[in-house]
Amino acid sequence: MLFESKLILIHVGDSSEEKTAKFQEILAPFFIDGLTVDIVYEPGEPVTSILKTVRKKKIDLLILGALKRENFFKYYVGSIARKITRRAKCSVLLLINPSVERIKCKHVVVNGLKDEKTEQAIKAAFFVGSALQAEQLIIVEEITQQEVAISINDDKSLRRANLKKEKLRRQEDSRINTIVASIPEKHKKDLALRTQPIFGKRGYTIGHYAQVARADLLVMNGPGKSGFLDRLFPHDIEHILTELPTDVLLVQ
Amino acid sequence: MSPKKSTIKEFFASLPKNIFSGFVVSLIALPLGLGLAMASEIPPIAGIITAVVGGLLVSFLGGSHVTITGPGNGMVGVLLVAVTTLGLEATYAAIVCSGILILLLGFLRMGKLADFFPSSAIQGMLAAIGLIILGKQFHIMLANKLSLERSLDYLLAIPETIFGVFQYENTGLVYAALAGVLALAIMVFYPRIRNKYLQLIPAPMWIVLLSIAFSYYFELIVQSPNPISENYMLSGIPPAGEIISQLPSLNFGPVGSFPFWISVFSITLIASIESLLSIKAVDKLDPQKRRSNANRDLKALGLATIGSGFLGGINVVTVIARSSVNVNNAGSNQSANFSHAIFLIIFIALFSTQLTRIPMPALMAILVYTGYKLASPKLVRRIFSVGKEQLLIFFTTLMVTLFVDLITGILAGVFVTFIIHALMNKSVSLFLRNILKPNVLMFKEIGTKNDYYVSVKHFCSFLNYYKLKQKLDAIPQSEDVVVDFSMCEFVDHTVMDNLSGYQDVFLKSGGHFEVIGLDLHGAESKHPFALRRLIPDLGLLQKNLTKRQTTLQEIADDYGMHYEAKEAEDLHFLDKFHFFTSKKVESIYNRLFNAEKTFKVFDINYSEGAFIAKENVRTTMLHINLNHEIPEFTLDREGFLEKVYLFAGYKDIPIENHRDFNKRFYLLGENTAVIQEFFDDDLVHFFESNPYYHVESNGDSLLIFSKERIAGVKEIKALYDFGKRLRSVVAATRQVEAYHS
Repeated sequence: MLFESKLILIHVGDSSEEKTAKFQEILAPFFIDGLTVDIVYEPGEPVTSILKTVRKKKIDLLILGALKRENFFKYYVGSIARKITRRAKCSVLLLINPSVERIKCKHVVVNGLKDEKTEQAIKAAFFVGSALQAEQLIIVEEITQQEVAISINDDKSLRRANLKKEKLRRQEDSRINTIVASIPEKHKKDLALRTQPIFGKRGYTIGHYAQVARADLLVMNGPGKSGFLDRLFPHDIEHILTELPTDVLLVQ
Repeated sequence: MSPKKSTIKEFFASLPKNIFSGFVVSLIALPLGLGLAMASEIPPIAGIITAVVGGLLVSFLGGSHVTITGPGNGMVGVLLVAVTTLGLEATYAAIVCSGILILLLGFLRMGKLADFFPSSAIQGMLAAIGLIILGKQFHIMLANKLSLERSLDYLLAIPETIFGVFQYENTGLVYAALAGVLALAIMVFYPRIRNKYLQLIPAPMWIVLLSIAFSYYFELIVQSPNPISENYMLSGIPPAGEIISQLPSLNFGPVGSFPFWISVFSITLIASIESLLSIKAVDKLDPQKRRSNANRDLKALGLATIGSGFLGGINVVTVIARSSVNVNNAGSNQSANFSHAIFLIIFIALFSTQLTRIPMPALMAILVYTGYKLASPKLVRRIFSVGKEQLLIFFTTLMVTLFVDLITGILAGVFVTFIIHALMNKSVSLFLRNILKPNVLMFKEIGTKNDYYVSVKHFCSFLNYYKLKQKLDAIPQSEDVVVDFSMCEFVDHTVMDNLSGYQDVFLKSGGHFEVIGLDLHGAESKHPFALRRLIPDLGLLQKNLTKRQTTLQEIADDYGMHYEAKEAEDLHFLDKFHFFTSKKVESIYNRLFNAEKTFKVFDINYSEGAFIAKENVRTTMLHINLNHEIPEFTLDREGFLEKVYLFAGYKDIPIENHRDFNKRFYLLGENTAVIQEFFDDDLVHFFESNPYYHVESNGDSLLIFSKERIAGVKEIKALYDFGKRLRSVVAATRQVEAYHS
């Protein structure tokens, strides 16, 4: 209803009258607001059956509950939520703080990586942000050490590195600005927009930043393919998945 | 920022000062070099060769500014082992190999190597080296040459040697032992005597001069042979020409053997750690707050070591004591290091035969003192005040180093530290899971203030401190920084120790460095040393007040001022004074101040130099905060020292029509015209008619003190009176100026 979309509940297990009645009961208050719902019963192994439904029903957004941090064993073997995230072909919203009372989402952080998916992520962030009546949206430009490419040894190289960073920051700013310019005005008008350059490890530091900035929602580019090796040597999205800083929306 | 032309100009302007400073340093380097080489059982001249090669090469190739290079204390332990297991010629080969490794470390950008070791473990290792030096040389100092197997045996034999002294029958030995004891007394008492004529020559050089004079006294006046036994005179100093013609042959024979490489690795490890620690410490002393390029320094040191090894010298390392002497004597760039090498060459060329007049026990007393300083009980007490677990780390490293060897020792220290951290957190996984994560976030806060914010996650200890350091190093030191540990579960002593170093550097360069988010950690009992580290000495002064303190309290009541006995927290209001640029304020206490805190009399404890050249000074000062601007200047009485400074490039500013003032006072400052205008008749008369004080202005406040010791109650009253009248004269001067304009 918020996004004017249809809710599809996926239940892994056999269908039964009892379960349907329970779902109807839970969702009852929302029907008044005009919720359309579709309950799918899909028996079998959770990960594959959910993914199958996603494909079959052409779902745009998958909402999953997740634990804040995985323990050591699960990390390498993978929990259900994360497995799905890694393999889903649609956007995924991972919720770490589900609550009966809706906590107002005030603060959205979105990545502004130099990546083809970024434009979409930023657009989605604006869309979701305005739909959730968020107050502030921060576009984080992550600039890696490799881009600065000056190792700091003494005062002279420090000065050079800072100049280079300033230049990179301006480049990033102008790139983001062109993206922001293409966002429809109605999504922009109630949101305070800020950009923040940060320097650090791509993917990881933005999670850290979201935590520092007390963001309520972090919007990120969806993951590409990742294998077991990527988990041993985590990069980008894997860092976020190991340690969810807040609710995360991955845009595909 | 500054155009190149002016830097060249500056270089030449500061050249006399640097040459002077290089001269003073060479006075220390000469006896220390001889002693350190001998302690390693290498011909004494090797120490000089090392200092010369180091000074000549590193001054051109290195990346630091005020450091002095030469033979290091730490090398004694490892070189001793190398010489006994490999022999002298193979040791030279090992030194050359270690030079290559250090060069490699430089190219691999391992300037951060020293950051990977817990600070207590490094302290333990240095203390062990100190004990090794002390243990071995103590016997020679008392003219009792021993050759024992382990360094520990030497330590255990000390009481025996002391009792043995009283049973010497050979008067030659008695005299030798006396020379040693006297030299040790000079080393111990020298820093306590603050006589400026005495202080012109460093203590080790006094020892050399006195022993040469002693020898000439017997030769020329008494006309009898030197009473000190022949065996205990310095030997093996070849004439200058021979040093160049008689290069040692290097024996690369045992290159394939295991002990050879053990030696190479321990030499490399100690040489690079000692150098890196010294570079870090000297950077803190540099009045201009420049940052050294540690990697470039490592490369230069490696190259110099290779050269030194081929010429018969030992490892070239950056040395803290000599560097701090350099800073204290206004050395400002590498030309000081270069000139120290040149002076050493001159000494050897002219006086190499005189050096054989030095008795060995006297020379070894210098090393005994050095060794004691490295392992002093004060150090142990300081570590204990940080925490019991630090003491455990310290002693583990110390003992393993003494019983086994250096590399095992430092590894044991690292291991114990990790175990302690894991036990305190009751979790190994906190470390294992997060060690590879890039746990530091730094960004420039966008908003009104534009300062840097650094947030650290998970844990921060010696294991991943380099990540934090990397980020902190990327911040210009004149900026404001906030380091937030609120998301960090554990912060260890090594990190806190280093951060307080950053705090000093930032504050001195006009920036601000704040650590936040540790309040919560205090509440949890599992982080004791993080917070204990912050206030290690509290509670020292508040208890029973001394007589002086009660009198001060009475004065305060009398004059309508406030009195506070305990240590002040803000020590940085003094940083801007020229006097403190190369000194470190340790503590300020016994403060008398008025209600607005613009007029303060206080006792201060500051230190000059570091390590064995470190001198703690306690004195009483008066600080007046003026609420208007005056020119920056320094005023002191004219004297002998100032003549020396004059020679080194400082200039006295003359005031017209006041010959008496010009003759008696010494006025320094950058802006000559403004100062001349500021010193009008009234002010000059005031200074002429009052007792001498050292008066210094930093633009908006005055610092006044007289002697380099704590003032008595009467003197405090006089100081107070002087300051009060000076303030009114300065205010009047300003009013007149305002009236004229």
